[in-house]
Amino acid sequence: MKPRTFDYLRAKTLADVFAVFEAHGDEALILAGGQSVVPALNMRLSEPAILVDINRIPELDRIELQGGVVRIGALCRHETVRRSDVIAGHVPLLVQALAHVAHPAIRNRGTLGGSLCNADPAAELPACALALGTTMVVESASGSRRIPASDFFIGFYETSLEPGEVLVAMEVPVAGNGEIHFFDEIARRQGDFALAGLAAVAKCDGGRLVSVRFAFHSCGDRSLLSPQLSAVVEGMPNGAVDGAAIDAALKGDLDPPDDAVTSSETRLHLAGVLVRRALAHINSEADT
Amino acid sequence: MTDLSGLDRPNSYIGRSVERPNAARLTRGRGRFVDDIDLPRMLHVAFARSPYAHALVKSVDTAGAAALAGVIRVVTMSDLAEYCTPWVGVLDHLKGIKSASQWPLANGKVFSQGEPVAAVVAASRAIAEDAVERIAIDYEALDPQVDPKASLAPDALPIHAELGDNLCFERKIDTGDVDEAFSTAAHVVEAEMRFNRHTGVTLEPRSIICDFDASQRALTLYMSVQCPHMSKNLFARHLNLDENNVRVICGDVGGSFGIKIHTYADEMTAAALAVMLERPVKFVADRLESFITDIHARDHEAKARLAVDGDGRITAFDLDDLTGIGPFSVYPRTSGIEVNQVLNLTGGPYAHGAYRAHGRVVFQNKNNMCQYRGVGHPIAVAIAEHLVDKAAKVTGQDPAEFRRRNFIADDAYPYTSPSGAIYERQSHRECLDKLLEKCAYDDLRAEQSALRRKGVYRGIGLVSLVEVTNPSPAFYGVGGARIASQDGCTLRLDPTGGVTCLTGVTEQGQGTETIIAQVAATAIGINMANIRVITGDTETVPYGGGTWASRAAGIGGEAALRAGKALKQNILSVAATILQDRAENLDIRDGVIVTAVDRTERMPLSELGRIVYFRGDTLPKDLAPELVVTRHYTQNTYPFCFTNAAHACYLEVDTDTGMIRLLGYWVVEDCGTVINPKLVAEQTRGGVVQGLGPALFEECIYSPEGQLMNGSLADYLVPMAGEMPDIVVDHVVTPTQTSELGAKGVGEAGTAGAPAAVMNALNDALGPFDVELTDMPFTPEKILRALGRVSGRDQK
Repeated sequence: MKPRTFDYLRAKTLADVFAVFEAHGDEALILAGGQSVVPALNMRLSEPAILVDINRIPELDRIELQGGVVRIGALCRHETVRRSDVIAGHVPLLVQALAHVAHPAIRNRGTLGGSLCNADPAAELPACALALGTTMVVESASGSRRIPASDFFIGFYETSLEPGEVLVAMEVPVAGNGEIHFFDEIARRQGDFALAGLAAVAKCDGGRLVSVRFAFHSCGDRSLLSPQLSAVVEGMPNGAVDGAAIDAALKGDLDPPDDAVTSSETRLHLAGVLVRRALAHINSEADT
Repeated sequence: MTDLSGLDRPNSYIGRSVERPNAARLTRGRGRFVDDIDLPRMLHVAFARSPYAHALVKSVDTAGAAALAGVIRVVTMSDLAEYCTPWVGVLDHLKGIKSASQWPLANGKVFSQGEPVAAVVAASRAIAEDAVERIAIDYEALDPQVDPKASLAPDALPIHAELGDNLCFERKIDTGDVDEAFSTAAHVVEAEMRFNRHTGVTLEPRSIICDFDASQRALTLYMSVQCPHMSKNLFARHLNLDENNVRVICGDVGGSFGIKIHTYADEMTAAALAVMLERPVKFVADRLESFITDIHARDHEAKARLAVDGDGRITAFDLDDLTGIGPFSVYPRTSGIEVNQVLNLTGGPYAHGAYRAHGRVVFQNKNNMCQYRGVGHPIAVAIAEHLVDKAAKVTGQDPAEFRRRNFIADDAYPYTSPSGAIYERQSHRECLDKLLEKCAYDDLRAEQSALRRKGVYRGIGLVSLVEVTNPSPAFYGVGGARIASQDGCTLRLDPTGGVTCLTGVTEQGQGTETIIAQVAATAIGINMANIRVITGDTETVPYGGGTWASRAAGIGGEAALRAGKALKQNILSVAATILQDRAENLDIRDGVIVTAVDRTERMPLSELGRIVYFRGDTLPKDLAPELVVTRHYTQNTYPFCFTNAAHACYLEVDTDTGMIRLLGYWVVEDCGTVINPKLVAEQTRGGVVQGLGPALFEECIYSPEGQLMNGSLADYLVPMAGEMPDIVVDHVVTPTQTSELGAKGVGEAGTAGAPAAVMNALNDALGPFDVELTDMPFTPEKILRALGRVSGRDQK
C-alpha cells in the first residue's frame, strides 16, 4: 500500500496552482487536508503525476461574514468550522452536521472544500450545501465563476468543476429569522458514512411551513434535493404529515444504492424515518 | 481479598492492580515492533496475489518487473522449490482430518483470492509494489466453491482432486439416549443460526524480517508472533535448516488474537528469499493484504434443538454444525479444532444427560479460517444460550431462574460432561447470582416493562459459559504438533539485587510481562521495580508454548512462581551461611533479607550479590551459590482448566431504524486466583468488545465469485469506542487445585459470551413482535426485515 511516485509542489498562491494545472492538466491533483486523497494514493486508486499542496495559501482559510452571506474558505478545516462562532450564529446546520463527519483526527485535517470537491454521495457536506442554497466560488487562470450547489454535484464523485478550476470558497446565506435547521443521519457507527442522511432548512410562518429544502446523502449517486417532498409539505400546517405522500415523494426523487449489506429499499425507508424526525423537529421549533 | 493465603505477604503483588512496567515505554514511543527494525542491506518483498478465488496459473511473465530499477529478484514457486518444502495442516488426534499440501507461492493453481503467486524483492516496498504491477499472470478461472453446503453436495467438484471430496473433518458425539429424551420431552425448542466470517484486525499487521547468515546457515527471524518456539521449529523444518540455527526474536506485538499463530505463505516466502539471496528480507502485511490473508474466523451454520422435561429441566441437546474453512486446513494447528470445541462445549454449564452433536468442516474457495480468540466458544455458547432462553420462555420461567435450575449441581464436581469435558470446579450459580446483583436485574426488568408501554424496546440477554484455559498436551502435543504446552521461567539474581526474568510465555499487549513480574517478585520477596522480564527470544528464554488458549498467566505464572520460590531458597541458604543463621529463620522482604519472625533487617540482596559475585573468597569452599534457577510447569491433571462466567447485556432497539444501542454490559468471571484485577478486567472488556464486534458489525462479505467485498477498514466495521457500553467486571474466585498459584486463564471468556448475550438481549427486546434473529451480524436491515418494516432484497 505505497503510492506511485509523484512530484510535489507547495503552492504559495493560487497562481502557483493554476500554473501547475496549466503544465500538467488532469495529471495534477490538489492536496488539501489529504483525508481522502492520501488513502486513494496509497491504494493506487489515484495516480497523479504531481500533487499541488494548497495548505499554505492563507486566503483560502478564512470564515467571513459578508452582508447576507457567510463566506467559508475552501481550506477551512471541519473542526474549525464546527467551532466557529460565526457559523454557530448564522449557519447552525453546519455545526450539527459536522459532528457527524468522521472522527476528530479527521476533522482536524479534512477541509470543507476537499469534501465538497470529492463529492462523495455519502458525505454530509454536499447535502448541507444543497439544503443551504450555497454558492460555490471557483477560480481559474481565466477568472472566477460562481456555481449554485444544485449545479455543482452532477454525479458519482463528480462535480461541474472544469479542468484548471479551483474551489476557493463557499458562500452560505445567513439563516433568517424563523429559519429552522435540521441535520440527522443513520450510521452503524459514530463517524461512519451514513446508511441515509438528511439536511433540511425550513421557514415557517403563522403555523405553516412556508418553504423547506430537503437534501439527502447516501440516497443516490450524489447528494440529492427532493423537490417532490418539498411540494408535499410546503404550505401544510405545522405537524401535518401525510405519510404515504412523503414515501411516494421520496421514491420519486431518490435512488438509493444497493450494497452487500443495505438495500435500496432499506435506505429509502430510513430516509422516510429521517423526514418524519425532521418534520417533528421543525414543528417543535416552530412552536417555541 | 479477605482470605489470607501463603501469597498474601506484606510485599505480595498477587491480587493487586499494579501498573504495567512496559506502559511508559510503549506510550512514550519506545516500543520496538518489527517494522521499527532496519537491518543493513535489508530488502523488501511485495507479492502478486491472485485476484481469483480459484484458477489455474497458466504462465507468469516476470520480465517487466525484473527490469525495473531497484528490483533485486522476482520469483515464482519454481524458484523457491529448492529452498522450501510444502506443509499439510493435519493432526493425529483429529481422526480422519485431511488437507492438501501448501506451498509458499502458488504451485500452478490458486485456491483463494489473495494467494501469493509471485514475489518481488526490491530496495524498498514501494519499488516492489511498482514491480508487482508489471508482472503479467495468465490465469484460467475455475468455478469457485464458496458455499459450504454446496461444497458437500455429492456432485460438487473437489477443490483438491487428490482428497476425493471437500470434507476436511467430521466428528460425531452421541450419548445414545437422545432420541428418547426428545420423544418424551415436555417441550422441544430448536433454532438455526448463522455465525458470520470475521477476522482479527490487529493494530500491528503480521510482520517479519528474515536475516540469513550463510556462513553458519543460521536464520534469525524478527517476528510479530504468539509462539516463537513453534515458529522456530516450523521455519527450520520447512527451510531445511538445523533448528538450533534458527532464532526467533519477538519484540513488542501490537495485538494477535490468534492471527499470529499460524503458518502463512508470504512469511515463509520471505524467509526462503532471505536464504536464497543471503540478505535480510522484510515483509510487513499492509491492511489490504491483512484482510485477505490473515486467518478468518467462525463461518458456521448450526442447527440445534433442546429437550426439556415436565419439571423444566434440560434433558438433551442435539446439534449439527457446519463450517467453511477455506481451501486448506491451516498448519500446524489445523482448522478442525474450532468445530471440535463447538462439540465439546455446547451446553457446558448444564446438567443434561443426553447429547448428540455432529460437526463438519468443509473446504471452500475463500480465505483460510482457523483459530481466533475464543476458538469455537462463541458458537457453542450462542447455540446453547439461545436455546436455553427459548426453553425458559416456553416453560414460562425467567431465564435466570431457568439457568439456575439447570446448572450442574455445585456438589457434583469434578464433573464429566456428556461430551467428555472434565470440569474441576465451576461456580455458575455464584457467578449468576452476583451478575444479577451487579446489573440490578430486577430493576432492569421493571424498566424494560415500563418503557415497553411507551413503545421503547429494551432487552436483557443472559449467558452462562465455560472456557477452555491452561491446556495440557492433550490440545496439540498428542496430535503430533511440536507446540509446547509446558512453559518455563528462568530467574537470575544479579549483583545489584535486581532480578532478570526470562519466560517462555509472550507479551502481545495483554500484560503478560506484568503478570510474570508480579508472581516472580512476590515469590522471591523483591520489589517489582527490581525485576526485568524478557520474553520472545528463543535464544534466551526457556522453551515454551507462548500465548494461546488463555495459558500465559496460568502456565507461565506457575512456572514463575516455582522458579521464584526456588531462587528464594537458594538465596536464603547462601544468606544463612553469610549471616551464620539458619535458612528457615530468614525471609526476604522488599529485597532485604530479614529475620522471619520480627522482620529485623539483616542484609540487602545487593550485599549478598556483591559477596557471591565478587568476594567468593570470603565464602566457605564447599558452598556453591546458585543464583540462577529455572523451573518448568505443565498442567497435566486435566486436559484443560475450565473457567466459567456469566454475562448480561442490556440494549435498546429502535424499531424504526433497526439500530441497536448497547446500554450496559456486565461480566462475572471465575478465573481462579486473580493476579491483577485491572488486567483481568481489561482482558475481559477487550474480549467482550471482540465478541460484540461480530454480533453487530464485523463480517467478511464474499461475493458468489469468492471475492472479499469489504476488505478495508472503510467497509469492514470494527467495534469502536462510540458504540461500546460500559462493561462492568467482577469476580468469583475458585482457584484451580492443579497449581499452587491457582490461576486459570481469562483471555477469551469475554469473546465467548458476548455474541450470545447480544443475540439473547435482541430477541428479548423484540419479544412483543414474535420475531427471532439468529443470523449474525445483526444489521439494521436484518432487524427491519424481521419486523416487516422492509421486505428485504429478495422481494425488491
